[in-house]
Amino acid sequence: MRLEAIARPSLGRLIGFPAIALGLTVLFGSSLALLAGANPFQTLGLILRGAAGSQFALLETLNRATPLIFTGLAVAVAFRAKLWNIGAEAQLYAGALMAVLLGTGALGWPSGLLLPAMAGAAMLAGALVLLGPALLKTRLGVDEVVTTLLFNFIMLLFISMLLEGPLKDPMGMGWPQSSRLVPEARLPRIVDGLRLHWGFALALIAAVVVWVIQSRTTLGYEMRAVGQNRQAAEFAGIPVGRVILKTALLSGGLAALAGFSEVAGLRGNLSLDLSPGFGYTGIIVAMLALLNPIGVVISAIFVAGVFVGADSMSRAAGVPTYIANIMLATALLTMVLAIALTRFRVRWD
Amino acid sequence: MGEVLEIFLSASFWAAVIRIASPLIFATMGELICERAGVLNLGIEGIMVVGAFAGWMTVYSGGGLWTGVLVAMLAGMLFGLLHGTLTVPFGLSQHVVGLGITLLATASAYFAYRLALPRVTTPPRIEAFQPLPIPILSDIPLIGPALFHQTPLTYLAFVLVGVVSFVLFRTPLGLALRAAGENPAAVAAQGLSVTALRMGAVMVGSGLMAVGGAFLTMSAFNSFFFEMVNGRGWICIALVVFGAWMPGKALLGAVLFGMFDALQIRLQQTSIGADVPYQIFLMMPFVLSILALVIMSRRASVPAALMVPFNKGER
Repeated sequence: MRLEAIARPSLGRLIGFPAIALGLTVLFGSSLALLAGANPFQTLGLILRGAAGSQFALLETLNRATPLIFTGLAVAVAFRAKLWNIGAEAQLYAGALMAVLLGTGALGWPSGLLLPAMAGAAMLAGALVLLGPALLKTRLGVDEVVTTLLFNFIMLLFISMLLEGPLKDPMGMGWPQSSRLVPEARLPRIVDGLRLHWGFALALIAAVVVWVIQSRTTLGYEMRAVGQNRQAAEFAGIPVGRVILKTALLSGGLAALAGFSEVAGLRGNLSLDLSPGFGYTGIIVAMLALLNPIGVVISAIFVAGVFVGADSMSRAAGVPTYIANIMLATALLTMVLAIALTRFRVRWD
Repeated sequence: MGEVLEIFLSASFWAAVIRIASPLIFATMGELICERAGVLNLGIEGIMVVGAFAGWMTVYSGGGLWTGVLVAMLAGMLFGLLHGTLTVPFGLSQHVVGLGITLLATASAYFAYRLALPRVTTPPRIEAFQPLPIPILSDIPLIGPALFHQTPLTYLAFVLVGVVSFVLFRTPLGLALRAAGENPAAVAAQGLSVTALRMGAVMVGSGLMAVGGAFLTMSAFNSFFFEMVNGRGWICIALVVFGAWMPGKALLGAVLFGMFDALQIRLQQTSIGADVPYQIFLMMPFVLSILALVIMSRRASVPAALMVPFNKGER
C-alpha cells in the first residue's frame, strides 16, 4: 500500500474519519466495561454524569481542566515548532516550587503584588528547566525527547528531597509536604461559594495569548516555519536555534503556570501527589486539539471530564478507573490516524 | 574511601550489577533493532509494563515460567504490531504514536491487574526463575558469582546480544534491515519491502522490550506492582544512543549503568549515605543517562532515515 495526498479533502472525509475515531474509542471503552462485568451503557452514562451531571461535577471538571489547559498549551506551542517537550511534568513542579518558595511567608506583600510575582517566578523557573534540554538540542544535537523525559524523574526526586528537608512543614505530622501558603498568596475563587478558582480564568487568558502569539506575531510565524521545514526556514534566514530557544522558554513557562495555579488555587501547599501526570496528559490534550491553542481549552475540558467522570463511575460501578487512560490513549491514536486519513488516500497497488 | 573499595571487592555487588543490567539489555536490544530499521519506538516504557504484567500473570495463574516469557513476548509484539501499523505504512508521527502506545500499554496492564486482583494491597509473589549456577565457572572468585550464578534469563540476555549482532552485521536480513534505516529507497529499489522490514523490526523489538519487562517480575522482584518499570524504558533509549546503535557497545552501556545503580544502592548504606539525602542517589541513574547522551552526542552515528517515514513512489 502507499499513501496519496489529497489536494482538497471532501467534507465527508473531514468529518467522517474523526467521527469514526470517536466511535471506535467509545466502542472500545464499552467493551472494556463489559469485560469488567459492568453494563457498558450504564458505565458510559455514569462517566457522563460524573463529569457534567451536576453543578458540582461540572466545576470539578473545570478545576481538573485548569492544569491540563496550561500543560496542553505548553505541549502545543513546543510541538508546533517540532520541539518535543515531554517534560511538562518537571516544568509544572518547578512552577509549583516557586509558588511555595515565595508564597509561604517569605514576602509580606499584598495579593496584588504577590500573586503576579509568584506567577512570574514560576514561569521563569519552568522556562529555565526546559532551556537546558533545548540548549543541548541546539548546541550539541542531543535529542530532547529523552532528556526532557529523564528530567521529569530528576525533578520529582529533587522535590521529594526538598519536601523531606528544608521545605518540610513542621506542622505536617511528618508528611513530606510544604507549609501552607499565606492567605495573600492564594488565588481567590471566581464566584464566592463555587469551587472554581482564578487559575481557570488565567488558563483561558493564556490560551488567547498563545493564539495571538501564534497567529499574529513574527515569532509565531517563525515557530511554524521551523516546525514545518527546518531547512527551508534556515534558508529563508530564520534564526532556527534562537526560535527553538524562545519556544522552549514559552513552553516551559506555560507548563510551570499549571504548578502555580494548582498550588495557589487548589491545594494551598506542595506535595508529591500534586500532579497525577498532568504533564504527560498535556500531550494528549494538545494532540486532540491539533495543536490549536483555543482547541486546547476544549480538549482539556473533554479530557478532564473523562478523568473526573471515570473516578465517580469507578466508585459506583466498580470498573477500574484506568479505563479513563485507556480510552484517552485510544482516542489519541485513532484521532492521529483519522486526521492523516483526511489528508491521504490509501492506494493498494 | 575504604567503604567504596569494599563494595567493589564484594561478589554480591558484581552479581547485582549483572542482575540490574539484564532487563535493560533485553529492552535496549529491542529498541536498537527498531531504530536500526528507522523507527523510534517510544512505546518501550509501556511495553515493558505490559511484559512485566503478562509474564507475572501467566505464572500467577498457573502457567510455566517459560510460558510466561513467551506470553510476555507475544503481548509485546501485539503492541509492536499496533505501533508499526501506525508509524510504518501510515507514516504517523513516531513521537506521538510511541507516547500513545506507552500510555495505552501501561493503562491496559494496570486495568487488567485491577480486574484480576480488585482488592489486593500487598502484591502477591510468584515462584520466579531461580539462579542456575554454571558448574566450575561459577566457582571463579568475583567473576563466577557475577556472571555464572544468575538466572537463565540473564544468560539469555547475553546470548541475545551476540545473536542481534550476528544477524545485523553478518546476514542478508541484517543488511536489509540496516539499509531500511539508512536508505529505504535503495532497499525498495532492490525489490524488498521497506514496510515489511520495518514492521518486522518493530514487532520483534517490542517483543524483546516486553521480555525485559518480564525479567523484572519473573527474575528480580517476583511480583507485579504499579510504577515498577519506573523510567527504565527511557533509560534504554539513552543506552541505544550511548552505544552508538551497536549491540556490543549498548551492552557495555547497560553493564556500566548497572554498576552505577548497584553502587548508589550500596552507598546509601555507608557513612556517605548518612550525610547525603537518598534522593541524590536515586537521581544518579537519570543524571548519568543525560550525561552519556551529552558525551556521545558528537560521535553518535544516527541511522540516516530514523523517524523518516517511507512512502513508496514518493521522491
